[in-house]
Amino acid sequence: MSAVPDYVIVLPEIILGLWAMAALMVAVYTGKDKLAVALTWATAGLFVALALWVGLGQHGERAAFGGMFIDDPFARFAKVTILISAAAVMVMSQDYMSRHGLLRFEFPVLVALASLGMMMMVSAGDLMALYMGLELQSLALYVVAAMRRDSVRSSEAGLKYFVLGSLSSGILLYGASLTYGFAGTTAFSGILASVGGEVPVGLLIGLVFMLAGLAFKVSAAPFHMWTPDVYQGSPTPVTAFFATAPKVAAMFLIARLVHEAFGSIPSQWGQVLAALAVISMFLGAVAAIGQRDIKRLMAYSSIAHMGYALIGLAVGTAYGVQATLVYMAIYVTMNIGTFAFILSMERDGRPVTDIASLNQFSKKEPLKALALLVLFFSLAGVPPMLGFFGKFYVLKAAVDAGMVWLAVAGALASVIGAFYYLRVVYFIYFGAEQEPADSRMAPVQWVMLVGVAALMLIGVINLFGIEGPAMTAAQSLVQR
Amino acid sequence: MVGLEHYLTVAAALFVIGIFGIFLNRKNVIVILMSIELILLSVNINLVAFSSYLGDLTGQVFTLFVLTVAAAEAAIGLAILVVFFRNRGTIEVEDVNVMKG
Repeated sequence: MSAVPDYVIVLPEIILGLWAMAALMVAVYTGKDKLAVALTWATAGLFVALALWVGLGQHGERAAFGGMFIDDPFARFAKVTILISAAAVMVMSQDYMSRHGLLRFEFPVLVALASLGMMMMVSAGDLMALYMGLELQSLALYVVAAMRRDSVRSSEAGLKYFVLGSLSSGILLYGASLTYGFAGTTAFSGILASVGGEVPVGLLIGLVFMLAGLAFKVSAAPFHMWTPDVYQGSPTPVTAFFATAPKVAAMFLIARLVHEAFGSIPSQWGQVLAALAVISMFLGAVAAIGQRDIKRLMAYSSIAHMGYALIGLAVGTAYGVQATLVYMAIYVTMNIGTFAFILSMERDGRPVTDIASLNQFSKKEPLKALALLVLFFSLAGVPPMLGFFGKFYVLKAAVDAGMVWLAVAGALASVIGAFYYLRVVYFIYFGAEQEPADSRMAPVQWVMLVGVAALMLIGVINLFGIEGPAMTAAQSLVQR
Repeated sequence: MVGLEHYLTVAAALFVIGIFGIFLNRKNVIVILMSIELILLSVNINLVAFSSYLGDLTGQVFTLFVLTVAAAEAAIGLAILVVFFRNRGTIEVEDVNVMKG
């Protein structure tokens, strides 16, 4: 235990929490929605500042509140990814939301609260801290999903997300209660100590329940039912947010739970995660083929991507965790670029999301079409792009750990999955003759789209040095 | 003598009733909210029973957190339900079907 007072360790979270509450109060009593634009940019700025602070400020490991809150390289890697992606989604959504009358001052406040929940999740060192972080994130997200109050689709998306999300929290909580009962403690370190020799059956049941609850949150099949509907029904900026930061947080939370609390029995949870990974990859690849709506397509795409990320966790090695961290970082980057484009799709001033409206898009906007081509190739995992290296990383981790069948399944699923990504590219370049949708972009969105596409190409040189921090993070998690 | 296993059995039964309430329910969404509440309360019984059995207070502290969150969750659920009702004019489960997945 370090000599630093506890509140210093959680200072980034405290600042974010105070910011969210202060912003809410100030906005309610003064300008309300007139402040929304300023509030969005200020919150995004705060996110970036906190990300820099968290990322560069500390080295080593610290624990606060009796081990309930852990600040280690793993948590910091996760927090930087979460904060940067949330900030990116907010600034690129601002123009879309203003034009479609969606930008309420609650949006940045709710995103700040959700991000605070995510930061708590990835730092959790105790089942109670885990649950509180998860609920703070989920409760904020339920509201954001239903944010377009006058739309049937948005409120239905919110309702579905709420019902299935609460169900998953309940399942997770039931698992947590069993784990507490059979381990005698809720601290991860205490649980790890109690699973030393013979593992009680109750503890295994608790573990499986908790993994099922968390699989809901990362939308891994067979717990993915909510994903397509929520992605399609929510306003596009909200979908962009759902596809990035919460996925990272829940995936990193799974990593922390299995390694920190159940690190001594990797063979038990490895099987569960491997099964989830295989089902997700194939379901995501096959079910996306018939989709006509690009947001639904991205939902199935994210299900498949979560499958690949789970491979890295299923192998149970430090290298596997490192692969998952790199994969998730690449995944959010690709999704930010793709959603920057989806946000700009419109016809006669109304947003459109059907894939057919992209027919012959390359004739109209060659540069954006090229950027999209790079992004979709990267999502599919075609070699020269960064997405390939993410997949290569996790598959290599599986082969190194002797789970060759898992790597083979991953490769097969990525071949099937390539079909629907390439189909979109086919429409863009060689689709039926018809007037394509407009793509009206604010400068920020343009920078995000073209910038991310460029990253996908330039990044292959050294992955922007992300491997080093990922390795440190993975080792801080696994070797203890 | 009522022992730990009796409490766990009751909690497991309530949990299963809650899960089935969500999936088998064909009437309206309020019943789903009640089922969610039932799941959370079954967890609370579990936690308190374990806490008493182990002579450890952590479980009861956890229960208090769960109760608080359950209240917040019910509030948000009802709010979303009201918004949905305004748009659709119904809260039948079968009418939650604009998007089919």
